[in-house]
Amino acid sequence: MTVLEAREVVSGYGEVEILHGVSIKVEEGEIVTIIGPNGAGKSTLLKTVFGLLPCKRGTVFFGGEDVTGQPPQAMVRKGMCYVPQSDNVFPSLTVQENLEMGAFIRRDNYRSKIEEVLALFPDVTERRHTRAGKLSGGQRQMLALGRALMLEPRILLLDEPSASLAPNMVQLVFAKILDINRSGVAIVMVEQNARESLKLSHRGYVLAMGQNRLEGSGESLLESEEVGRLYLGG
Amino acid sequence: MVRAIAGPAELLNKTRERYPVVFDVLGGAGLWVLFAGLLIAALILYTQLFVVGVIFGSIIALGAMGLTLIYGIMKFAHFAHGDMMMLAAYLAFFALTGRIVGERTEVDLGWSLDRLPGATTQLGPLSFGYGLLLAMLVALIATVALFIALDYVIYRPLRQRGSGIVIFAMTSLGIAITVRSVILMLWGAEPRFYVKGIYPAHHFPFGITLKADQIFIFATVAIVATVVYLLLFRTRIGKAMRATSDNPDLARVSGIDTDQVIRWTWAIGGALVAVAGVLLAIQAQLKPELGFTILLPLFAATILGGIGSPQGALVGAIIVGVTQEVSVEFVAPGYKFAVAFVILILILLLRPQGLFGAKA
Amino acid sequence: MKADRFITPAAWALVTVAIVTLSAARSPDLGGVISFLTGFATLVAIFAVLALGLNVQWGYTGIFNFGVVAFFMVGAYTAAIITKGPATTEYVRYVGGFGDKLDFIPFLDSEQWLPFLFGTAGAAIVAGALAFFLSIPTLRLREDYLAIATIGIAELLRRVTIEERGLVNSDRGLIGIPAPLEKLVDPPEYKFIFFGIAVALVILLFIALEWGIRSPWGRVLKAIREDETTAAAAGKDIFAFKTQSFVVGAMIMGIGGAAYAYYSRSVSPDAFTHFFGTFLIWAMLIVGGSGNNKGAILGAYIVWGFYSITGLLRAYFADWGVDVLELRMSYIRDFVVGALIVIVLLLRPAGLLPEERRISLFIERENKKPSPVGEPDSERTGSQTDDPPDKTKGSGGLAS
Repeated sequence: MTVLEAREVVSGYGEVEILHGVSIKVEEGEIVTIIGPNGAGKSTLLKTVFGLLPCKRGTVFFGGEDVTGQPPQAMVRKGMCYVPQSDNVFPSLTVQENLEMGAFIRRDNYRSKIEEVLALFPDVTERRHTRAGKLSGGQRQMLALGRALMLEPRILLLDEPSASLAPNMVQLVFAKILDINRSGVAIVMVEQNARESLKLSHRGYVLAMGQNRLEGSGESLLESEEVGRLYLGG
Repeated sequence: MVRAIAGPAELLNKTRERYPVVFDVLGGAGLWVLFAGLLIAALILYTQLFVVGVIFGSIIALGAMGLTLIYGIMKFAHFAHGDMMMLAAYLAFFALTGRIVGERTEVDLGWSLDRLPGATTQLGPLSFGYGLLLAMLVALIATVALFIALDYVIYRPLRQRGSGIVIFAMTSLGIAITVRSVILMLWGAEPRFYVKGIYPAHHFPFGITLKADQIFIFATVAIVATVVYLLLFRTRIGKAMRATSDNPDLARVSGIDTDQVIRWTWAIGGALVAVAGVLLAIQAQLKPELGFTILLPLFAATILGGIGSPQGALVGAIIVGVTQEVSVEFVAPGYKFAVAFVILILILLLRPQGLFGAKA
Repeated sequence: MKADRFITPAAWALVTVAIVTLSAARSPDLGGVISFLTGFATLVAIFAVLALGLNVQWGYTGIFNFGVVAFFMVGAYTAAIITKGPATTEYVRYVGGFGDKLDFIPFLDSEQWLPFLFGTAGAAIVAGALAFFLSIPTLRLREDYLAIATIGIAELLRRVTIEERGLVNSDRGLIGIPAPLEKLVDPPEYKFIFFGIAVALVILLFIALEWGIRSPWGRVLKAIREDETTAAAAGKDIFAFKTQSFVVGAMIMGIGGAAYAYYSRSVSPDAFTHFFGTFLIWAMLIVGGSGNNKGAILGAYIVWGFYSITGLLRAYFADWGVDVLELRMSYIRDFVVGALIVIVLLLRPAGLLPEERRISLFIERENKKPSPVGEPDSERTGSQTDDPPDKTKGSGGLAS
């Protein structure tokens, strides 16, 4: 079943229009990557879907329900969580407190969930009482992912999860993303690192200048000459 | 000659730009050492002044903690903070004595807290009875209600419109003026006191003399600060407040109810303002202008400690308090409050994020 | 909104009618009324000068100067100590006192006007110098820090005035300040001459500032206001321009202070409170239309008009024996000014006069700045580049 669909979405910042009618679809349990040159509107798409930016035209469906224009707080309740590219942890809160904040709207006892999430990221678990500001880049990225998992979302929106990470951390992050997906969470991610992300994606979209350019399975995009030439950079 | 003066300041700026890390670390560590040294020196050399400074500083601390929360979570400089402290003090006065200024004389409105049996009987060595404590509670409830109402009527529409921080600051200044005029209208310009009379000072070792009231002030601040700490670090909403202060966008993205956070911020801020105001009036007096006078030390403490950090506000306030009191040894007493300003400028030049603040 | 266009003329008319009728109805002779009105209008002119100065700083450049009273006071005192003669008794002590030496031009009755040129120029220079020194630590700060710092500076200056005996006669102030051209006519007639001088001053400044904003200098300011990073990339030294604007604005405030000194003939620290010297000027700018020179003048008229009206009402209340209101009039007046600011900012933050696109873009852009935490359901873009780099921004800023 289609867990997320964006249809002909037009949006941007203030007067400036970035997306001129973009459509994507994500099926249950899929990993979908969105790649494209800078300024193509990849992050804008994620933010519009999540309700951080107003959707000027077009519709967004989540689990079949029309959620266009609903604010982030509503999306989070419905089961869609978002991890921003930067500033994605609360630096003066400890690791544990960051996760607790992820579960803010949960009314039940989420202690076990915290342990569960921490188990996914052993490196971070050791530092559970350290303030997040003191973590390394990679650890912070893990924590950011963990925070988003606290609500057991159906889908995760990730904005450039590998940005500014060392290569070995990049591998680690993508491995974690795969683990998360295997537990049943659909993933939509925007990535600059097209090669690595397409490798683990079921499907992918190529955006350029605010419009759809290509789409296909992860492998077909990886192998496509055009994509390789333009976007994978060898 | 102009260059000679502008020169060092420019040099400072350029150095900071070229070696930011060194500057930051040295600056941070250096400031800590400097202030610790100053405090210790003051403690040893001017013990009595140090103690008085701590008392005064602790009053400022309560106000500054509220101010830093408002600043950190709502990102604006609440210029009405000082005058609200005075308003709370006057509300307590009103609850206690029921008196306002009439046509040419005082008017007593019939009933007031000091008519309760034994309300004015001194509690031990203190100058006041339990009536004042009840009055403080009344003032607290009223102030919290007022803050939340003002947010709903004035600040929330401004937020929804996306107004910039300057508009917020100007609006709060307008509110400050309004509050001060109300105080003047209802209680006049003459200084007032909760209780009349002179109370003895007690002698302690090391040449320290303190009134019982001052010890009460310190104890109250210690208790209230602990309560605030527990609130911010042990409760869900407190953590949400700290999270929102860190990163409001991420807070929203995580599903934190920012409306609720803001309401709690005003509530806690209001409670702190009320207690601080009453304590200030006990320590000094009830005077309408005091609200504006106290703004500089409040902001100095907040910025020195680092915006958004209540522990920073506490430490900053103590430093400001002690420095002000001790400064009397070196400059004319009239400059006392200006000392806070000097501290402020130094911090803004050397380390704008303050002692506990994160480098943005 | 149709009603919009009537608000400004309506406000103007209301104030004028009220002032004239209230003063006339109470006073039996025309001379008294005219005297009062002239005094009123003169003060409007002086305040207009101050508001124009503030507009240069705030409306043109976005400098949130909350220590206006500092420059106002410094200008007034400088003019006083330059134009007064030396101290005549031992109870009065101050520096300066060159008044009687400044008539060295042998013709044209120079003692009538030369000292005042020196005094006014001195006021402008000292105020400008103060602004220059202050600009170094403060202009790089973000706006709210700047506001706090300027409040502190104003307080410090007031303290220095009071504490340093022998500087300007501390809290006793200076009296007996001479006035330009005062020997030309009899004392009762003099107020008209001074009024003429004040109005001429306002007109001169207005023309100069309007020309200034259209000059190359003004165009750079406009460019900085609209997009600071681009202007910086084009090689413009932002800080230098801001400093210039700050200094020019301060000099104008200093001139306003000098005019005030000549008008009131005395200065003392009590006259330069934060409310009177800073907040009221801001009120004038906000009500009249910030970013707008005409708005500054209009705002001065309306706010000071309102102030004077309540003063007149106070006299009426005293006549009618309504003690309750009469005694409290000044507080009620302050209350309404404060409330007026809040209401204007809530309902019509741009002020009375419609924006001149050219000059008041800053206000529009001000309204688009990243807001404090709230419910806006559209993300503010980070492209309002005037934000100094140390302002924290959340995630979800610039487009990828």
